[in-house]
Formats: sequence, structure tokens, C-alpha cells
Amino acid sequence: MGITGLFLILFLIVHAGINACIFLNDNGKTFNDVAHFMSHNWIMRFLEIGLFSGLILHIIQGLKLWSQNNKARPIEYHYNQPSKNSKWYSRSMGILGTLLLLFLIIHLSNFYVGTKVALYSGDQYHNLFEEMKEDFSNYWIVLIYVIGVSALYWHLYHGFQSAFQTFGINHKRYTPILKFIGITYATVICILFALMPISMFFKWIV
Amino acid sequence: MEHYTMNLTLKVWRQKNKKTAGKLESYKVENISSEMSFLEMFDVLNEQLIIEGKEPIAFDHDCREGICGMCSMYINGQAHGPWQQNTTCQLHMRAFKDGDTIVVEPWRSAAFPVVKDLVVDRSSFDRIIQAGGYISVNTGNAVDANAIPIDKKNADDAFMAAACIGCGACVATCKNGSAMLFVGAKVSQLALLPQGGPERESRVLNMVAQMDVEGFGNCTNTYACEAECPKGISVANIARLNSEYLKAGLSTEEN
Ligand code: SF4
Ligand code: FES
Repeated sequence: MGITGLFLILFLIVHAGINACIFLNDNGKTFNDVAHFMSHNWIMRFLEIGLFSGLILHIIQGLKLWSQNNKARPIEYHYNQPSKNSKWYSRSMGILGTLLLLFLIIHLSNFYVGTKVALYSGDQYHNLFEEMKEDFSNYWIVLIYVIGVSALYWHLYHGFQSAFQTFGINHKRYTPILKFIGITYATVICILFALMPISMFFKWIV
Repeated sequence: MEHYTMNLTLKVWRQKNKKTAGKLESYKVENISSEMSFLEMFDVLNEQLIIEGKEPIAFDHDCREGICGMCSMYINGQAHGPWQQNTTCQLHMRAFKDGDTIVVEPWRSAAFPVVKDLVVDRSSFDRIIQAGGYISVNTGNAVDANAIPIDKKNADDAFMAAACIGCGACVATCKNGSAMLFVGAKVSQLALLPQGGPERESRVLNMVAQMDVEGFGNCTNTYACEAECPKGISVANIARLNSEYLKAGLSTEEN
């Protein structure tokens, strides 16, 4: 869980970095160039396989945890107050993950599928930027994205530091630093991601 | 603190034996002193039930001073009730007000089957300890206590881990029914000391294997266990268990 999680965390940095090119406000030129490079480069295509394997492994591990942990408590308490001893997001990784998966399906069918269709139908210069602008003029798509990114935020907020505990790292000096890095990472990445649909919807980027 | 008395409604889990399904039953108790312990309040209720010719409520207890770990009760949605770092026997009635309703359930975990009412079978913990909670020593005269130099911090950490009383509140509280805090404490108290050295690898591997056999869940780091542990066992012990397990798993030559 921790290893695949951190792997996916690394991917998100690249993803957010590339997408942040839209904020250059050059009518998507840089962004489209980079996107073109990413989809026409065999190293990237190869890494993509790794990425999907990582994601699927992460999901399988999550499902396994969920089923084993359900079996460990076959009868629930009639009255329980979990909020007295733990944070809601730490107890909701499964639900947050499911939300993320649903979001991912929508997200991939929005952009990934379109890009691949363009790639294999011989469209030389697929204008992903225009496609984004079009999709994000729709308020409920923007809403879905904001909800998806919020789920991502809380998933990362717990997941990052949790991974290190799982690796056996709980250190008086380093753990507070790791927690800080995790929270900063989650905040920056999620603000970046959320700003993309929002700024296109409000036409801050044209 | 001012002394006062209270009337309470109790909703207690009643279950005949391992096989039958149980349910919550309501009882009223009156004139309960704020200075009673929670178990004394249960004694009063049981006296009352005996006088009424009813079956008294079975619950576990032994030392009644917070050191044996027997008094497993899930009180108002929290293991050992509302007080922090506290066992049920050390919970006093001043934690409640006149007119309160208190729900009392047994630990709920596949690895702690209910024997009767509030009594659960925690022998799964014993089997985990048997799997690795021992050390090799030479027989004969006891060695001088100071013969082996031990780093102060390690000695302190080992001592803190050894404070675990095996009560099972960590498992009862964890949404995953995970025993990692308990096993973390049991592995740590020996891994931190030179005396634990000879079995260091096999201990962690065997104890974790036994933990899985018993049907405890997996840790997802909610840290609810640490918050409810009566002895304040730190989740740093879980991290130590993880790193001991990783190291032993990588270096062992057995399958
Ligand atoms: S770790 Fe704490 S809660 Fe768990 S068994 Fe030991 S004393 Fe009880
Ligand atoms: S009865 Fe011994 S700890 Fe409560």
C-alpha cells in the first residue's frame, strides 16, 4: 500500500507540473507541446504501463485490506464514538479511494481516451488545451473535478505520512518533517489541480 | 470533588454463550455514588439482579487497580469508557451525571469471541506471546542486574513498551480490529534490549504470523489504539514492529 502509494504520489508531481503549463496563459502552446511530447515518446509510453500497474496494484491491495479488516470485526458496535480517538480521514481511506477511482474513470474518459483516439487515428496535433477549455466550460464537470480533488487532498493528507509509518519510520526528529512535507505536498498539488478547471471555467485562462 | 449520587439507565450486552446471538438489555440502577468505580456499580446491579432472581451479568475483572487488563468493557462507544489512559476498573462514576444512559458492550473482534455477556476470550493474545515473547537465559544463579550495559533511552523505551497489560482495548477500538499496537509493544520490549537479541528475527516473524492466524485485521494507521490504550503505548512501537519485520523478512533464510 505504502510503496504503490508513494509511487503514485511521484506521478502526481509530474502530472501537476505539466498541467501547470496552462497557467503560462499562452493559449495552451507550451502545454500542448509538452502533452504531445509525452504521448509520442516511447519512454513515456513504457512508464505509462508501470503507472497503470502501480495504480491497479494499489487498488488490489486496498480491496484486500478492506475485506480482511471487515472479517476482523464481524459484529459492529451498537454504539461507537470513533471521533473520540481518530481523525475521520484516517478512517475513510477506502471511501476516499473509491471516490477517487470513480473520479479517475470520468477523468480518463474525458481526456485520456480522447488523446489516445487522436494518437491512433493519426491526428498529428491533438489540441488537448482546447478540449480542456470546452469540457471545463461545463459547470458540473468543474464541480466533479473539485470534489475529486478534495477527495485526493484528504487521501494524500493521511496517505503520505502513513506510508512512512508502514515502512517503520517513526522518528522524533524526522516524522514531524515528513508530516509537514506531506501536508505541503497535498495542499500544493490539490490547489494546482483544482485551479485548472476553475480558472478555465471563469475564463482566467484563454 | 463534591460527592453526589445518581440514577442511571444501563444498556448492557447480554449473550448466553459463544453460539447464541446477543442483544442489549436495559436496566435501571439507583443511588449510585460518584465515588464508586464502574465495576462497583456493576456489582450493585448484579446484586439487584440476583435478588430479583435473574441471571447476573458476566464480566471480567481481576486486580481492580488497572494493572491486569481483564476489565474489557466498551462503554458509551469507547474502550474502557470516556477517560484517557484508564481501565474500566479505574473509571469512576463521577465521569457520569444523574439521568445518564450508559451503553456497555463487549470487545468486538473476530479474534476475541464473546464467551458470555461482556466476557471475551483473549487467548489469541496468549498464543501470540507464546509464539515469540520469550528469551534465552543461562540457568544457574541470576546474573547481576547491571552486568550488561544498556543505553538509557533503550531501557526507557523498552520499559514503556513493557507497560502493556494485554487488555485488548487497542483491538477493540481499531476499526480494523488490528492487534499491531499490542504486538508492537511485545516485540519492542525485547527487541530494544540485548537480552532479546538471540531470538530477535524469529520472534517478530513468528509473532506476526500468529497474529495473522488469529484473524486480527491490518493496521491503517488511524492511531485510535494509541488514543485508547490505558497504558499510553505509543504507535512508535508499531513502526518498530514494521521495521523489525521488514529487516527480519529480508534477512531470514527460511521461507
Ligand atoms: S497496547 Fe495498550 S490497549 Fe493494547 S493490549 Fe496493550 S495495554 Fe491494552
Ligand atoms: S480489573 Fe485489572 S485492570 Fe481492570
